[in-house]
Amino acid sequence: MNTPAKPQLIIIGNGMVGHHLVEQLVERGATERYRITVFGEERHLAYDRVHLSEYFSGRDADSLALSTSDYYAEHGIELRLAEAVVAIDRNKGEVVTDQGRTPYDRLVLATGSTPFVPPIPGNEREGCLVYRTLEDLDAIRAAAETATTGVVVGGGLLGLEAAGALRGLNLDTAVVEFAPRLMPMQVDSEGGELLREKIEAMGVQVLTGRATQAIVDGEASRHRMVFQDDKVLETDLIVFSAGIRPRDELARDSGLTLGERGGVVIDDRCLTSDPAILAVGEVALWQGSIFGLVAPGYQMAKAAAATLLEGDEPFKGADMSTKLKLMGVDVGAIGDAHGDRTPGARQFRFLDPIKQQYRKLVVSSDGRRLVGAMLVGDNSVYDTLLQYYANRIELPEDPASLILPAGGDAAPALGPDALPDTAMICSCHNVTKGDVCATIDAGAVDLGAVKGSTRASTGCGGCAALLKTLVDHELESRGVEVDKSICEHFSHTRQELYDIVRVEGIKTFRELMEKHGNADTHGLGCDICKPAVASILASCFNEPITDAAHIPLQDTNDTFMANMQKNGTYSVVPRVPGGEITPDKLVVLGQVAQRYGLYTKVTGGQRIDLFGARLEDLPAIWGELIEAGFETGHAYGKSLRTVKSCVGSTWCRYGVQDSVGMAIRLEHRYKGLRAPHKIKFGVSGCTRECAEAQSKDIGVIATENGWNLYVCGNGGMRPRHAELFATDLDDEALYRTIDRFLMFYIRTADRLQRTSVWRENLEGGLDYLKEVILEDSLGIGEELERQMQTVVDTYECEWANAISDPEKLKRFRSFVNDARPDPDIITTTERGQFRPA
Amino acid sequence: MTTANAAAKTMTQTWQPLCTRADLVPYSGVAAWVETPEGPAQVAVFYLPGHAQELYAIDHHDPFSSANVIARGIIGDLKGQPVVASPIYKQHFRLEDGQCLEDEAVTLRTWQVSFKGDEVWIEA
Repeated sequence: MNTPAKPQLIIIGNGMVGHHLVEQLVERGATERYRITVFGEERHLAYDRVHLSEYFSGRDADSLALSTSDYYAEHGIELRLAEAVVAIDRNKGEVVTDQGRTPYDRLVLATGSTPFVPPIPGNEREGCLVYRTLEDLDAIRAAAETATTGVVVGGGLLGLEAAGALRGLNLDTAVVEFAPRLMPMQVDSEGGELLREKIEAMGVQVLTGRATQAIVDGEASRHRMVFQDDKVLETDLIVFSAGIRPRDELARDSGLTLGERGGVVIDDRCLTSDPAILAVGEVALWQGSIFGLVAPGYQMAKAAAATLLEGDEPFKGADMSTKLKLMGVDVGAIGDAHGDRTPGARQFRFLDPIKQQYRKLVVSSDGRRLVGAMLVGDNSVYDTLLQYYANRIELPEDPASLILPAGGDAAPALGPDALPDTAMICSCHNVTKGDVCATIDAGAVDLGAVKGSTRASTGCGGCAALLKTLVDHELESRGVEVDKSICEHFSHTRQELYDIVRVEGIKTFRELMEKHGNADTHGLGCDICKPAVASILASCFNEPITDAAHIPLQDTNDTFMANMQKNGTYSVVPRVPGGEITPDKLVVLGQVAQRYGLYTKVTGGQRIDLFGARLEDLPAIWGELIEAGFETGHAYGKSLRTVKSCVGSTWCRYGVQDSVGMAIRLEHRYKGLRAPHKIKFGVSGCTRECAEAQSKDIGVIATENGWNLYVCGNGGMRPRHAELFATDLDDEALYRTIDRFLMFYIRTADRLQRTSVWRENLEGGLDYLKEVILEDSLGIGEELERQMQTVVDTYECEWANAISDPEKLKRFRSFVNDARPDPDIITTTERGQFRPA
Repeated sequence: MTTANAAAKTMTQTWQPLCTRADLVPYSGVAAWVETPEGPAQVAVFYLPGHAQELYAIDHHDPFSSANVIARGIIGDLKGQPVVASPIYKQHFRLEDGQCLEDEAVTLRTWQVSFKGDEVWIEA
């Protein structure tokens, strides 16, 4: 009864393209058809190499990973990591590793490339490294620990990225480029000069037109590089990043056809000279070209997946246009950026030496089509230019208007309307405007749904802004109102309402409704706008939320300053700053729970939750808690919840700072701060990170020199690692940075938007956020700090305020005309405690 | 059930004092016990000072959670009609007639209420 065995498909290589191929195969149901085995030489599962430099700015291997071993297991794909294939035996149809031989029926080479190390005598010396894998980065980091200077050989895209990484490791950094300018492939001499100025302004020395002849022992440093003119440069660390070479050894040894300068020759279906074997990604040579970008690799993966399933989706070459941000400098190149491949092409150039921006257009001889473009210092027009280029859209009468500064005669950005259906929106996942429209026609109603179904903008993310504009436009044109109004009562976003409240000094909901509400309502507001406005008023003026003017606005939990549970009773959570609590206070919590018949549970935020409190018991419970020195924990509010901490240097033998002390100071500083959503902090006393700070909105991790600040993490339904925001801050700088960050979040986020989602929707992303908060690019830093100080200075425990005011306690009656408790609240016991029946 | 209620209303309902103006919370609700011909009931009373109709009385019992919590919901107006949002699962109920906006099949009981001086009276 043997079913015939499925043919064996082997994929060699688990990089970005190799993994994409697996995803394509899974999506197309190839696991029904093949037994699939993947060999990866590295010990890591496929990770995002495009964002590799972030490994030095706080991201770890897990967060760079593109998938999980569970994904592979779930689809029955055998994943063999840290097992390099050393030979292909085409006669027997087997691949050979140091573990043994595995037969194949079909084979895919996705072995990628290696950095090219120029054949310079001395290039094998210790401290001469490359920049390609996580292991390479670990080696660079280790070598940097004992180095003060570093040199990158190669001034191209990857070289500048590596230079940025060395700078980030606090090395005095230099870039040595053989060509007369940086990024010779992408920019011309004018652009290269501007780029050099900008890179040098960041403290990186730039040496162009230099060929390294030898690397020998240095005098002051570990190495000395000797150039063609006998000039020398001394350095402790050298990183080679002078281009890539396809990893075609397996193909070469097994006799597959290679190109003259390497690369496995493939046809449009990604087949090599042996029809049982395919190749994709940077190892593959298509029509004489190696494609060193991820998007063409993904397109090859698609073509290969189709080929393996007898489909036909040929690879047709790929556009090599790129948009980069290198060490904070925008560089963009589109099509024939140098204008040397298009006969009769004409060029427009614009150089702003003050703002340090350079833009160049290459247009066809008749001036009607864009054939190439080059940008340095500002990529804001990249998306528009790319659409003109890729879709052969007719240029405006005066093409120069496309690159002139806005405000003058500048042409407006190309609207989504002007794009044909074939316009490529996301080149990583090959999504066209037509695909996006089809998704919307099929029922997608927002950006998230479009992303989920097309995967557009989930690769490099470069098309995020364009995609959003397109989706909004298409939804609108289908009559789906992309209404940014918060609700029917206000034609404003939360951010606009915040600005109105602050600028006009409006202190009540009623005044806001009278001045800015929509006239065709009863002016009562609703359960959307009232809590949102309540939160804005609290963020701005911090008046007690139980004041008569504010109490009808509050969400149920805020109204009674406790968390309503499913049977109408409440849970009570006193603040336990930093999770530190005295034995005396613990005893009080136990006594209160006994006295009022409460169920107790320790929370994830290092506090104790008391469940099952009846409405009419809340004031008495709080009377006792306040008497014992507790204050409200705001577990009910869209506000600071807890600052979780590990025990830190006071007890722990690894701790380098007093994390509990810092957690307590932070908790006292920001307690009571109301925000668009709840806010959680974590403080760890060392890099072991026991407080899990990187899953919090604000994460603080101790270093030898102070504190590293992480922002916008989240646990919950959609976990997100917090991103490293600033390093080695002292206490004061830490408070100041968090003040600014939180106030900026409060100002600009949507209602009920956690920092993680806010961050993901923030145009300009983390870089923009750093500019605003750390460099004060909007000039609002001091104002944000002042606003925060106002909130800090006006803090008052809401429960202490309420129980001293009989008028406010009036509400804490189950029935206004009867003192009996609600007879419908019935409890039972389980594991020695009460719970709702 | 609905017809029985309606019949009961017409036959035996009487106006009775419920609470005082000082017991109410402006633009919000309180709960009270009321004697009805079918027995005691929990009623949520909402007070909208300055509006055409200032008082509403509606079931305090939330049929979706089976908890007695409606008086603790947020008051608002949706498409021109005053509503209360259940504090548990957020369904909206019209104050005028108790109709649930999210589920046509669900309606809360409502009662007539009005001020007599500073007293609140209910017809139940």
